[in-house]
Amino acid sequence: MNSVIKGASYVLAHTPDMVLYNGTTQTTERIVNPESEYLKEVPKHLRSYEDVVAYWPNQTYIGNAHPDQLAEIEFPYFDKKMEGAERYGKYGEIMPEEEFLLLVQACDMFEVVRLEKAFVAAHKDAFAADPVITEDIVALLHEGVEIDEIEALIKDDHAEPLYFEDKLVGCVKPAHDIDVNLSSHVMHENLMSKASSVLALLYGVKNAGIEKSDVEYVIDCAEEACGDMNQRGGGNFAKAAAEIAGLSNATGSDARGFCAAPTHALIEAAALVKSGAYKCVAVTAGGCTAKLGMNGKDHVKKELPILEDCLGGFCVIIAENDGVNPEIDLNMLGRHTVGTGSAPQNVIGSLVADPLDRAGMKITDIDKFSPEMQNPDITKPAGAGDVPLANYKMIAALAVKRGELDRKELAAFTKDHGLTGWAPTQGHIPSGVPFVGFAREDILEGKIKNAMIIGKGSLFLGRMTNLFDGVSFVIHGNTAAEEEAASGVSEEEVKGLIAKAMKDFAATLMAE
Amino acid sequence: MDLENQKRVKEFAEEYGAENLVVVLGAAEGEAAGLAAETVMLGDPTFAGPLTGVQLGLTTYHVCEPEIKKEFDEAVYDEQVSMMEMVLDVDDIVDEMNAIREQAAEN
Amino acid sequence: MAILEGKKAIIIGDRDGIPGPAIAECVKTAGAEVIFSSTECFV
Repeated sequence: MNSVIKGASYVLAHTPDMVLYNGTTQTTERIVNPESEYLKEVPKHLRSYEDVVAYWPNQTYIGNAHPDQLAEIEFPYFDKKMEGAERYGKYGEIMPEEEFLLLVQACDMFEVVRLEKAFVAAHKDAFAADPVITEDIVALLHEGVEIDEIEALIKDDHAEPLYFEDKLVGCVKPAHDIDVNLSSHVMHENLMSKASSVLALLYGVKNAGIEKSDVEYVIDCAEEACGDMNQRGGGNFAKAAAEIAGLSNATGSDARGFCAAPTHALIEAAALVKSGAYKCVAVTAGGCTAKLGMNGKDHVKKELPILEDCLGGFCVIIAENDGVNPEIDLNMLGRHTVGTGSAPQNVIGSLVADPLDRAGMKITDIDKFSPEMQNPDITKPAGAGDVPLANYKMIAALAVKRGELDRKELAAFTKDHGLTGWAPTQGHIPSGVPFVGFAREDILEGKIKNAMIIGKGSLFLGRMTNLFDGVSFVIHGNTAAEEEAASGVSEEEVKGLIAKAMKDFAATLMAE
Repeated sequence: MDLENQKRVKEFAEEYGAENLVVVLGAAEGEAAGLAAETVMLGDPTFAGPLTGVQLGLTTYHVCEPEIKKEFDEAVYDEQVSMMEMVLDVDDIVDEMNAIREQAAEN
Repeated sequence: MAILEGKKAIIIGDRDGIPGPAIAECVKTAGAEVIFSSTECFV
């Protein structure tokens, strides 16, 4: 029987200070153009925490608004506020920067993170009050150090500064003097990814209604690499995050594949559970500091706020078929192969049409498609267009070409079978997975019968291949009851029949 | 435009001569196509890359522009680009590209 | 006069538009030599 989606979580950490100090658009600008007008403008364009919470796409991400509700909001979104918006949502939360920095320190096992004493004291209670932050995590917090010590580490030891409200409150030290893979920059990036993954795992377990001890395996599918000079990218974010999240029965490993990784990881998790290797697998990913403010130049030029100011994280819990939850159908997998090529029509054909063909289904048989759910509020002003809409147009065009859709129905298809993008441009975070939580609920409620999750990845950015990549899978309602009814016999009956056959066989052998 | 790409374009212009090069773009939107064209014709408008203040004046087209499209083998274009062309706002791309070419001609 | 015939082509594709290799396939059919092909990513 297919594995089921037991639950999902979606979290954001608002990190405006890291936009300026850690986003690559800004760090690159510092190197090539340190006196630039843009760098001076950045702080003026950063949003307050309240604005980030009230932002419709963020409220959609954490589950307080359904994508259908978002679709009714007039575009653009940055100048609208959601009434009654809250920090906590059905799927997770939007953690403020000060509390996130405390979580980062709690996630640091090698004492590279130093926070100022007064800063820790001021925010410790708020951090401990978070419903998923357990006492054992709070116990990992250090008292903190004096600011002089932090200043000295930055000056003399190449530590990466940590700011809150543009004031120095801590630093990340290098974990090695000469190994660039353990530099303060890399440690900073990796610890931010780990901490946001921990937050996602904590909510994932809670939302799935399982015990932490139920999780047997964790797959991390973010885009960072941890290791030292002898095994750059050796891993293992999954187990490191599981440790802090208290998943004491779990081991795990990292799956990488650029933005396609979450979809790869979900297929792997579903297969691991279906095969019986593990009963319960958590797929998780933290966020990416490098992408903060990635399109900031365009946002500033157009006098918008810098909308890429949050780290994203998600977790999906995959478990054995419980007869209730929606299933990941492993008989309907799409894959972009080495031979597929990079023509957009071939890419979408391999991911959407081919798996449906194999199952004897039409494109219009899928109720909702979730390709890359980037928030168009971010991408449109940057000249990258409305990415989900472009995907829907391609899928619709393919359906027309295959004679499954009338040309007149093109526009309606993109609406009826599509979704408006809401996810932050955190690479892997928007890719297919943001809809998994909603798809699970919509299927359980009978709103839709199935959904296709599509992940695509730009492998060429790693300069190892010019190839593109992608995989897809279909989620549908639970079929355990039908499967049992169709087979006509229960497992007990099968065992009985086998036992009888063996006995008969033994009897014939004896007779001979 | 990506800084490494700017560097490569600059090197090619030095090696082969600007008159022997044609830049072909695949941007998703008119504005992005215009920015890339501006970078290789008039210089990097974001003042970030090696083409800042460098006027290469390279012949530049978006792959979906009619003048260049007619030079491609129709079957290959159909297989590689046609469906994406249906998705893109080609008129907007053409307008942006023409605007940059006019600006370059004035210089 | 042809735009591409006999020229050296530099291709700057876009992940969410037309990727570099797809453009390269077309450009080759017009008699140009592809000396560089790259695909940019804004997401």
